Amino acid sequence: MGNRLSFLAQLALTLLVAAFLIVPAILSMLAGVTANYFRGIRSGLTLQWVMQVWELYADTIVRSFAVALITLAVTLIVGVPAAYALHVRGGRLARAVEEIITLPLAIPGLAIALALLLAYGGLSDFRRSSLFIVAGHVVFTLPFMVRSVIAVFALIDVKTLDESASSLGASAWRRFRDVIVPNAVPGILAGSLMVVTLSLGEFNLTWMLHTPLTKTLPVGLADSYASMRLEVASAYTLVFFVMIIPLLVAMQIFADRAGRQVA
Amino acid sequence: MTSAHGVAVGVAACAKTFPDGTRALEPITLDVARGETLVFLGPSGCGKTTLLRIIAGLERPDRGGRVLFNGADVTAIPIERRNVGMVFQSYALFPNMTVAENIGYGLKIRGIDRAERAQRVAELVALTGIEGLEQRRIDQLSGGQRQRVALARAVAARPSVLLLDEPLTALDAALRERLRFELDSLLRMLGITTIYVTHDQAEAMALGDRVVVMRKGAIAQVGTPREIYFAPANRFVAEFVGAANLLTARAVNGVLNLAGGKLVTADVNTAGDVVAMVRPESISVVAPEAASLSGQIERISFVGDRQRLTVRGTIERPLLVDAPNTLNLKIGERIGLAIDPHAVRVLPGERP
Amino acid sequence: MTHRLFVRLSLLPLAVVVVAFFLLPMLQLIITGASGDLGLSAYAAILFEPRYRATLINTVLLAAATTVATLVIATVSGLFLQRHRFFGRAILVAMLTFPLAFPGVVVGFMIILLAGRQGLIGDVTLLLLGEKLVFAYSIAGLFLGYLYFSIPRVILTIMAAVEKLDRSLEEAARALGARPWAIHRDVILPALAPAIVASGAIVFATAMGAFGTAFTLATNIDVLPMLIYTEFTLSANIAMAAALSVGLGLVAWAILALARSFSGNTIAAAG
Repeated sequence: MGNRLSFLAQLALTLLVAAFLIVPAILSMLAGVTANYFRGIRSGLTLQWVMQVWELYADTIVRSFAVALITLAVTLIVGVPAAYALHVRGGRLARAVEEIITLPLAIPGLAIALALLLAYGGLSDFRRSSLFIVAGHVVFTLPFMVRSVIAVFALIDVKTLDESASSLGASAWRRFRDVIVPNAVPGILAGSLMVVTLSLGEFNLTWMLHTPLTKTLPVGLADSYASMRLEVASAYTLVFFVMIIPLLVAMQIFADRAGRQVA
Repeated sequence: MTSAHGVAVGVAACAKTFPDGTRALEPITLDVARGETLVFLGPSGCGKTTLLRIIAGLERPDRGGRVLFNGADVTAIPIERRNVGMVFQSYALFPNMTVAENIGYGLKIRGIDRAERAQRVAELVALTGIEGLEQRRIDQLSGGQRQRVALARAVAARPSVLLLDEPLTALDAALRERLRFELDSLLRMLGITTIYVTHDQAEAMALGDRVVVMRKGAIAQVGTPREIYFAPANRFVAEFVGAANLLTARAVNGVLNLAGGKLVTADVNTAGDVVAMVRPESISVVAPEAASLSGQIERISFVGDRQRLTVRGTIERPLLVDAPNTLNLKIGERIGLAIDPHAVRVLPGERP
Repeated sequence: MTHRLFVRLSLLPLAVVVVAFFLLPMLQLIITGASGDLGLSAYAAILFEPRYRATLINTVLLAAATTVATLVIATVSGLFLQRHRFFGRAILVAMLTFPLAFPGVVVGFMIILLAGRQGLIGDVTLLLLGEKLVFAYSIAGLFLGYLYFSIPRVILTIMAAVEKLDRSLEEAARALGARPWAIHRDVILPALAPAIVASGAIVFATAMGAFGTAFTLATNIDVLPMLIYTEFTLSANIAMAAALSVGLGLVAWAILALARSFSGNTIAAAG
């Protein structure tokens, strides 16, 4: 009897929490396509708000994608070879380097943004371009790429693969290109998904770094929450959900598959 | 010989089918006498651990199965209230408690006060020979020490039956042999009804008052170690508990006609096609001229305390013979084989 | 090219990026923090200046409350979800982890939809009590917002840890006679402790440094990140803003480092 009661109580709590998390999200998705939020669904469904969002904020959406992709490119070029080098060298140096690149995760985005502004605010061309935002995003997402790739290296015993390739005569670069990278693809993919998702949703850093001409989607969202009517803000949020949810699902599927491979 | 403690355990038609459809146990009926040590022996997947867990109360048997302690039906009672002492294969020691706290945990649950607990823990520490380790944490112990702590913990609250699930399997061979001996003395001294699961036949024979050989969810044979070894009921048991030569032959008046000669059995009435078993150590090497059975040595393996010969020509398969280690034999040599009729066991359960 | 040279070259881009865009700017930040009117004592101002201290205490209390509430809710739910299989469980898990990547701004919006002037809770209380309850723009709303983005993260971590629990320990406890609550107290929670502590540290550090949620809900909630923001943008008190940022960064890093030494593995504190 006590078991049944305990089960129901826990279920109730879990359902309550789930409702707390989901209900506003659903409300916002509905509001984004409802003609009048005040009057509710009865006022009819419409895409006018979404259209308005596109008119007002299309540039932010495009820019968010651009920033995310450039950030991804940078983290790939910088992070994958570095992950390899760190994994191969191992030891205290590797751990210290990993510690350092993970620091930005512990420090609030606000502080990092401030630091970047103080350091490069004077270089007005750089400061006013989207690349300034990319710089911030790279600092913040790099550890995820590096760690994801190192994790897969550890899993597939890349050291032994490297050694057998070198015993067959391949040079360091050839080995990297033909053996290391192809075998690291799962980690690279997982890291890439992570980087893009984080970049698309990044706000704390970006808000401080942006200019009126370099707004990203989250920055636009904050704008709309403050100044637009609820339906427009909701439609804009809906667009964000549509962008981000497929990525989240992809990451979950990936994690499940990786988990099953390990087990 | 100490007096018997604990309960008599009965298993009545207990079968087990798991939710995913696996049939782990066919209906088993078995009795364990008070104070007896019964060993479940068999290969992995034979159901021995499942049966142990049903007796423990961790699994429920399929409908119709019952577990009895001293005749009382305990099937519906969960393990928390069956007062069993269980030693798991991985020992399952609590990493957040010291050795002393682990051993005393069952007593703590039963509400025994601190002073009495400490006394009992001290008794068990002395009994299992782990003095000095009381305040250690689990990860600071060796495999053998952990095994002893697990045993002490299981026995501390004076259980009515002791259940051990392959307690020595996780240890290396040398340690296993030494601990087997200690375990044997301990179990005899405690005198509690004990059920022991293992896949190691030497362990089973050394520790068990009786052995239950299991296969594919069913009992293949129940008996004392000697009965199982010298009088196996079927081919499976014969081969599982020791090296065995299995011969199919036609018997006439108790004499088996083989390719390489004749073999006399102890029972004159044995007739027809039979399967018989002879163990390598029961075959003696003699001069080929006088013997009723002979063959040719194909291979010699010097094992240390004996030589194991592979002999061709006696029966359809190579015959395994254990010869004294001092005998001077050569490959290809023709030898005679003498076998005591009583060492030839006709397997009743087998048809050729 | 030798292998060693290749390895060194592989680290070069990383070194350049990290030094240029993180280490040097952070250094600049620290120096700037000490470059204002107060000089080096700006760093102590967070403790001694009453206004700043009040904000600090506010922030710490809020972060602590968030941590405790999140850990309790997520541990109960996480254990429950991992240990029981029932119809609709997968959907429930998806619903609970869905907000995982929401930025603070969006979370703020969610809270507005729940507890703002046109919020759901307000409508419900209007119906039931005749008065509209609006609390999105206060510290209660911020607290809810922090719960909103903390719970999904911790639930996932707890569920992963529960899955790795050694069931034979629980069986051993049962064999010794322990009832469910004793098993939870003596076996399960101690085994989950590293995961709980690690998650708790992440929640605390994230709550200390979260900006987007507070920004969306109002600019006058008194927490440290908002203070830094207003010092920088409205008061143009750059040195103070820098000093406070460094202080905040140090505190967050210290908490995470402490928790990591306790639980022994690297953890991520995202956004």
